[in-house]
Amino acid sequence: MSQSQQTQNLTLVQAVRDGLHTEMTNDDRVVVMGEDVGKNGGVFRATEGLWNEFGDDRVIDTPLAESGIAGTAIGMAAMGMRPVAEMQFSGFMYPAFDQIVSHAARLRARSRGRFTCPLVVRAPYGGGIRAPEHHSESKEAFYAHEAGLKVVIPSTPYDTKGLLISAIRDPDPVIFLEPKLIYRAFRGDVPEGDYEVPIGEAAVRREGTDVSVYTYGAMTRPTMEAAENLEEEGVSVEVVDLRTVSPMDKETIVKSFEKTGRAAVVHEAPKTGGLGAEITATLQERALLHQEAPVERIAGYDVPYPLYALEDYYLPSVARVEEGIRNAVEF
Amino acid sequence: MSVLQRDPQDMLRVLDEGGEPVGEVPDLSDDELVTMYREMYLARHFDTRAVSLQRQGRMGTYPPLSGQEGAQVGSAFALDEEDWLFPSYREHGAALHRGLPLKRTLLYWMGHEKGNRIPEDVNMFPVAVPIATQVLHATGAAWAKKLQGEDAAVMCYFGDGATSEGDFHEGLNFAGVFDTPNVFFCNNNQWAISVPRERQTASATIAQKATAYGFEGVQVDGMDPLAVYAATRAAVEKAKDPGEDERRPTLIEAVQYRFGAHTTADDPTVYRDTDEVEEWKRKDPIPRLEQFLRNTGRLDDEKVEAIESSVKDEVAEAIEAAESEARPEPSEMFSNVFAEQTPEIRAQAEAFAELHERRGDEGFLRE
Repeated sequence: MSQSQQTQNLTLVQAVRDGLHTEMTNDDRVVVMGEDVGKNGGVFRATEGLWNEFGDDRVIDTPLAESGIAGTAIGMAAMGMRPVAEMQFSGFMYPAFDQIVSHAARLRARSRGRFTCPLVVRAPYGGGIRAPEHHSESKEAFYAHEAGLKVVIPSTPYDTKGLLISAIRDPDPVIFLEPKLIYRAFRGDVPEGDYEVPIGEAAVRREGTDVSVYTYGAMTRPTMEAAENLEEEGVSVEVVDLRTVSPMDKETIVKSFEKTGRAAVVHEAPKTGGLGAEITATLQERALLHQEAPVERIAGYDVPYPLYALEDYYLPSVARVEEGIRNAVEF
Repeated sequence: MSVLQRDPQDMLRVLDEGGEPVGEVPDLSDDELVTMYREMYLARHFDTRAVSLQRQGRMGTYPPLSGQEGAQVGSAFALDEEDWLFPSYREHGAALHRGLPLKRTLLYWMGHEKGNRIPEDVNMFPVAVPIATQVLHATGAAWAKKLQGEDAAVMCYFGDGATSEGDFHEGLNFAGVFDTPNVFFCNNNQWAISVPRERQTASATIAQKATAYGFEGVQVDGMDPLAVYAATRAAVEKAKDPGEDERRPTLIEAVQYRFGAHTTADDPTVYRDTDEVEEWKRKDPIPRLEQFLRNTGRLDDEKVEAIESSVKDEVAEAIEAAESEARPEPSEMFSNVFAEQTPEIRAQAEAFAELHERRGDEGFLRE
């Protein structure tokens, strides 16, 4: 990024919109499609104003059919377009699951490169906004488990725009999960114009020496807050924001652990089979001799996501994160 | 009036079971008609050989097409070079017409991904094994062509069972809404493995479902290659150049029968009567077209024998070529997941290569 580049102070959802706008301006193969993305500008306003600027052929309100959106987007991508498909909520993405895993993820491999699928599937995701049933789940592990998909979960406005631009330019399908709890929770500096944040690179948000805490998305904030609190008690916490959960930046994960020898993982997705397990296994494989304590997994519980009267008990809170980190440190 | 503008319950026919014209014979040259016959004959012979290869353990599970040659070749014949084809998994005859070498089809069913690598100059998608998922890809592809300002129609094959899937509905619904240049071609062969057509839908015809999506649906005798050609050609032309007040998409229901099993893993005698099979065999598209071509002086014994002999050679050569294809390099598994290998996949590929080097094929292969 050049010094002369102007910056704007944007929320995360405004950064989504800015990323879409930037790539639609740069590349006329890019189309945005989904439910209510047109005149309405998206139910979260992630596509606000795009329809007015780019018109019906590039900002497309589709019928209410998630498999239809994903499946037609695959056909478009294979024919040289760059569709960005919006799923209105990640909880309604399951009708598209077959298209995503059976086709988008394997088109390059099964055709030995004759056809590819440069597709982005965006979805607001995660809990914490007092939403109705089916609007709060975190199922990134489903997609991370599938070979051939990249899975991105940003936590800052700057990363959101840069990662979204990278996702649109990526020659392979990217699942772009937007933590809606922090869609408008804070603002951050976002450069005007285009820049990329590379897919597959984690960011160390806070350096520390006693324990490494791995997180991503909306859980980055309570994790940072817990880290500040523990600092006051004399515990030095390093926080690594994965940003991309697949492919995972294992180099950064291991490097941090080699320094601290203790680790905790924080995600709002259920514990069993979650990405915390993958991180833990990676530390076992690559850094066992550095390990001084069991890896703590601070995660959503293995229960159906509760309605919002109970959701604060379900989501990792600052206190729960603090306790988990302390367990790792005091073992 | 277009052949598409008819009651979806009024089946379009050109030749009767004896090869006598009962409708308008489409405007195809003598050469084209003989080529159509030859490709159908080839598809049948290929099919017989493929089933036999599977029985002999020389090929994996294979979905036979016998009985469906008229629908496949007749419809593929109606496409122009710039048009696209999105198959299900049984359309080896249509693929052959589009230019997919027989060897590729064999390789796919012999377990080589290379078989799915469609040559660059062939406008065809790889087979789709999940049911009806390809309908959406075809709609998306046609939509892309329209948005890109390209003049191309996109044809999609699927079976009667596929019309029960949500993706069938979503694909046709999107096509209607966005007026995409699609030809949806239903190979209604009466049976989705063991479940009959009547159990898929209470609609009198599959063609009539098009009405709900706002475009034309036509039922055609799928054992009659000329009727299939006529309907598909009209649909392809309309997709690319609709008249005023016409919608681009069309649903064609080609009523036909698979003489054999769903796949070589299936035994159809468990669920259907021999009488039914025999009754449909009297409608066989190949002798029907042959009779028409003989009656009109386009074929005789000599020409038929020449076709039989050249087809046998062509299929035998393809089988030999496919069987002499070396097993793919295992590294291919790792090199086509993403445009660029991820660190994890690279590490897995390297670990595999090291072990393979050390233990050889005998450390892996089970035969």
